[in-house]
Amino acid sequence: MMGDDLPRVGVFICHCGKNIAETVNVKEVVEYSLSLAGVVHSEDNLYSCSSEGLSKLKEAIAEHGLNRVVVASCTPRTHEHLFQHACKEAGLNPYLFEMANIRDQCSWVHLHRPEDATKKAKDLVHMAVAKARLLEPQEEPEIEIRPETLVIGGGISGMTAAISLSNQGFRVHLVEKEDELGGMLLRLDRLFPTNIKSEDLLGPRVKAAESDQNIVVHKGSRIISVSGFIGNFEVDVEKMHGGAETLKVGTIIVATGAESYDPVGLYGFGDDSRIVTQLQFEELLSGDGLEESRTVVMIQCVGSRNSDRPYCSRVCCSEAMKNAAKMRETYPKSEVYILYRDLQTYGTSYTPLEWEAKKSLVKLVKYDAKRPPEVTPEDEAIRVRVYSPLLDEDMELEADLVVLSTPLIPREDARELSQMLKVPLNSDGFFMEAHVKLRPLDFATDGIYVCGTAHSPKEIGESVAQALGAASRAAMPMARGKIRTAAIVSVVDEDRCSGCGTCIEVCPYNAIQKDEAGIARVTAAVCKGCGVCGASCPERAITMQHFTNEQLEAQALAALGRVDG
Amino acid sequence: MSSVVVIGGGISGIQASLDLADRGIKVYLVESSTSIGGTMAKLDKTFPTLDCSICILGPKMVEVDLSPNIELLTYSEVTNVEGSAGNFRVTVHRKPRFVNESCNGCGACAEGCPVEVPNEYDEGLRNRKAIYIPFPQAIPLRYTIDREACVGCRRCVEACTGQGNDAIDFDMTAEDVELNVSAIIVATGIDGYLPVELGEYGYAQYPNVLTALEFERLICASGPTGGRLEKPFDGKPAHKIVFVQCVGSRSQRLGVPYCSSVCCMYATKESILVKEHDPDSEVTIFYVDLKVFGQGFQDFVDRARDHWGVEYIRGRPGEVREHPITGDLTVWYEDTDTGIVSKKEADLVVLCSAMIPKPGNKRLAEILGVELDEYGFFKVKDPVSNPVETGILGIYVCGCCHGPKDIPESVAEASATAAIAAEVIEGATKEGQ
Repeated sequence: MMGDDLPRVGVFICHCGKNIAETVNVKEVVEYSLSLAGVVHSEDNLYSCSSEGLSKLKEAIAEHGLNRVVVASCTPRTHEHLFQHACKEAGLNPYLFEMANIRDQCSWVHLHRPEDATKKAKDLVHMAVAKARLLEPQEEPEIEIRPETLVIGGGISGMTAAISLSNQGFRVHLVEKEDELGGMLLRLDRLFPTNIKSEDLLGPRVKAAESDQNIVVHKGSRIISVSGFIGNFEVDVEKMHGGAETLKVGTIIVATGAESYDPVGLYGFGDDSRIVTQLQFEELLSGDGLEESRTVVMIQCVGSRNSDRPYCSRVCCSEAMKNAAKMRETYPKSEVYILYRDLQTYGTSYTPLEWEAKKSLVKLVKYDAKRPPEVTPEDEAIRVRVYSPLLDEDMELEADLVVLSTPLIPREDARELSQMLKVPLNSDGFFMEAHVKLRPLDFATDGIYVCGTAHSPKEIGESVAQALGAASRAAMPMARGKIRTAAIVSVVDEDRCSGCGTCIEVCPYNAIQKDEAGIARVTAAVCKGCGVCGASCPERAITMQHFTNEQLEAQALAALGRVDG
Repeated sequence: MSSVVVIGGGISGIQASLDLADRGIKVYLVESSTSIGGTMAKLDKTFPTLDCSICILGPKMVEVDLSPNIELLTYSEVTNVEGSAGNFRVTVHRKPRFVNESCNGCGACAEGCPVEVPNEYDEGLRNRKAIYIPFPQAIPLRYTIDREACVGCRRCVEACTGQGNDAIDFDMTAEDVELNVSAIIVATGIDGYLPVELGEYGYAQYPNVLTALEFERLICASGPTGGRLEKPFDGKPAHKIVFVQCVGSRSQRLGVPYCSSVCCMYATKESILVKEHDPDSEVTIFYVDLKVFGQGFQDFVDRARDHWGVEYIRGRPGEVREHPITGDLTVWYEDTDTGIVSKKEADLVVLCSAMIPKPGNKRLAEILGVELDEYGFFKVKDPVSNPVETGILGIYVCGCCHGPKDIPESVAEASATAAIAAEVIEGATKEGQ
């Protein structure tokens, strides 16, 4: 299969400091690997990923004429790209590289069984070498990126992202399902921590977005289908008042926001008009729906931090403190209680809200989640009974108004949109980023990004920062104009394909179509290399590049010890 | 001309640089220490996913090293800035490393060096030599002679020539570099408060009382003990670990009044790490309010409490006392949920101390002509509408240099500054937005 190109495999075993070497006998694995067929060089490194380790790898490729490289270290998820890049720099096609994860799969999980861990490390190296011998070079397809973005959602996040992209020289389609731009901020009065009027933030941004030559605003519109891939998405947009349009864009930003949870049935909400949500209270407070000398009791974590909705909604404590302080300031004879579980005011911007509330003589009462407050509406007042663990007593409050702080929850249509975009939601139902720590704004699917409360509850300033960040992420491939995508895609052998269409049905990415002759054709840029088509093809007509049957069989046989060396 | 100076080579500065470089904008990344990596490089794992910190940061550091659009200026500081957005003239002072670019990081020099001083990277828990790299994944992988520690014996020179190289240059001098850039991104990070003045906790008096960052090095497999939890007092294994929240945070007395945002979560993470190392260990976290406001945080706490058996007690301990012979600690506290005053024995007490502004912020702010806030963090134009802009057009801030925050927030902000810097370069920044 390799022709003249006899495999000359180099094996690099990483100590990962002590992460691997303290459990796995690295020297023994090096010795062992030299006994494997095709291996012409083997060495160990303290950290293969350090610049010293990478230099050694590159030097060894030149010195020993290596044409296949195996690194046995950590996970390909974080490090494969790095080693592939080093191979490329040394003149080796990056697909002639294979990795064995002897940290996660050996030293970490078999921490207390060093001999077995070492044996398993040898087996994993054996498998990697067996596959490496059969690896073939691959070319990554290059795709052009249309310098145009679709921003879904015309709230503060979507508008901010759109304006930034326009300022960076890109054309933007801003799609908002309502007839007005602004989103959740249209319902807010003043914004903490700086107390600016919501309209003073929104006004200029709406104007900027609407008057921008580079931004096409589609109000009263929704997305009905999405196809294509990074650089070349086609998105069908339907106008609520009739009409449809197909947009062609290179990148997509999801900025659809969140909605406020409606606590029907909790603490008597829905049965008594004196029991309102924090958002409704804010509306009352900004209008003239309130009176002097009233007692307001706010209850935090209504519908959040429980078994149904385990997450904390981040903004409610700050929002409650802001409104409580405002109430005390506007109606000095009023009394305001906040019944809370843990105060979630944080950092230099939001902790001060707690001090402001305390300074305004807002009364903070901690309650125990196991003994939540009891709310009993009576004609004169609403009786609120709360057990204070700090005082170890039940307190009885007579409220004129009970305010429920409810969480931000995913939008009803989030799931539908996620399916159209083929991006995941997390267990709470919010859009899920590619990596929690280091890729907070990207989806795992190239060319699609997320910002604002569509991703998780957050403060407005945090949404604005994310929106600008998403604008940077979307601009990156567009500024370059073209990108290369991974070559791990499926290929159809047209002589074997019977045109049954099974692969087309099972492909989760709509990457396969039939051509005029009824033969399945894979669009490489859309294919994610998941392998479902290959596994389902009754004619075995589909080959996964870089994961061929021969390569996988060799790996499996090596695992079973059925091939020597 | 389209280039940007990024000041600070932690995760924020790295991300801002990579975003800009990827789209073809030239970046000068200025870092004051000998390697990029910042605070994140010191962490063992990250919350709430328990990713190994250097394993996810390392590849990004290498990417910086490999990027043709990023010029790395480590061991360097910005000393002067003139001009305005679109045309800043930035002076960078490059301190001499006394090791030239032919260094290949082989480490023979350090083996030969007879001088040992505490390694800042390991929070002083382990020594380095006078000629050193801070940690094996350092970028650039080039040694530096700490001239304050160096005794001038020249054994490093011998060792280097013994390897057939000639990288050490005692005559190297400082130099000033002038850069012409369109925008400046500040990403200088944050410091940990050293709770020496909070005498009741015994930090710097009792060896078994550590800050959380010291603990992070102690529990890290690449740390000074190879990840074994040992009591600094006598090197014996530690089984009972107590974490104390709000040490100098949310304090009107000493320290700082604000909540430091990340401590509840990193203490939860460190607790889980202790339990993973030794499920029989006893771990207690003393807290005031459990800050679970981020994605997956409540879940993480539930896992620590319900699966791993970490004990959470509401209350700030009043005092930590040391047994003068065994070095073991007793923590006195009031459980404010029950009102009961009690004590707990501990092998280690970990103080989750406040995150405070870097002392260098003041000088850098003067050089840049931007304002600091009342605490000494860089002040943003408006935390709601302009969360990463300073009062000066063309100068932006990201990460912890303008207040404590976690890694994903820092990364998102870093990309945000990259976007606005690109807007400046595009020349389209409209006034008044």
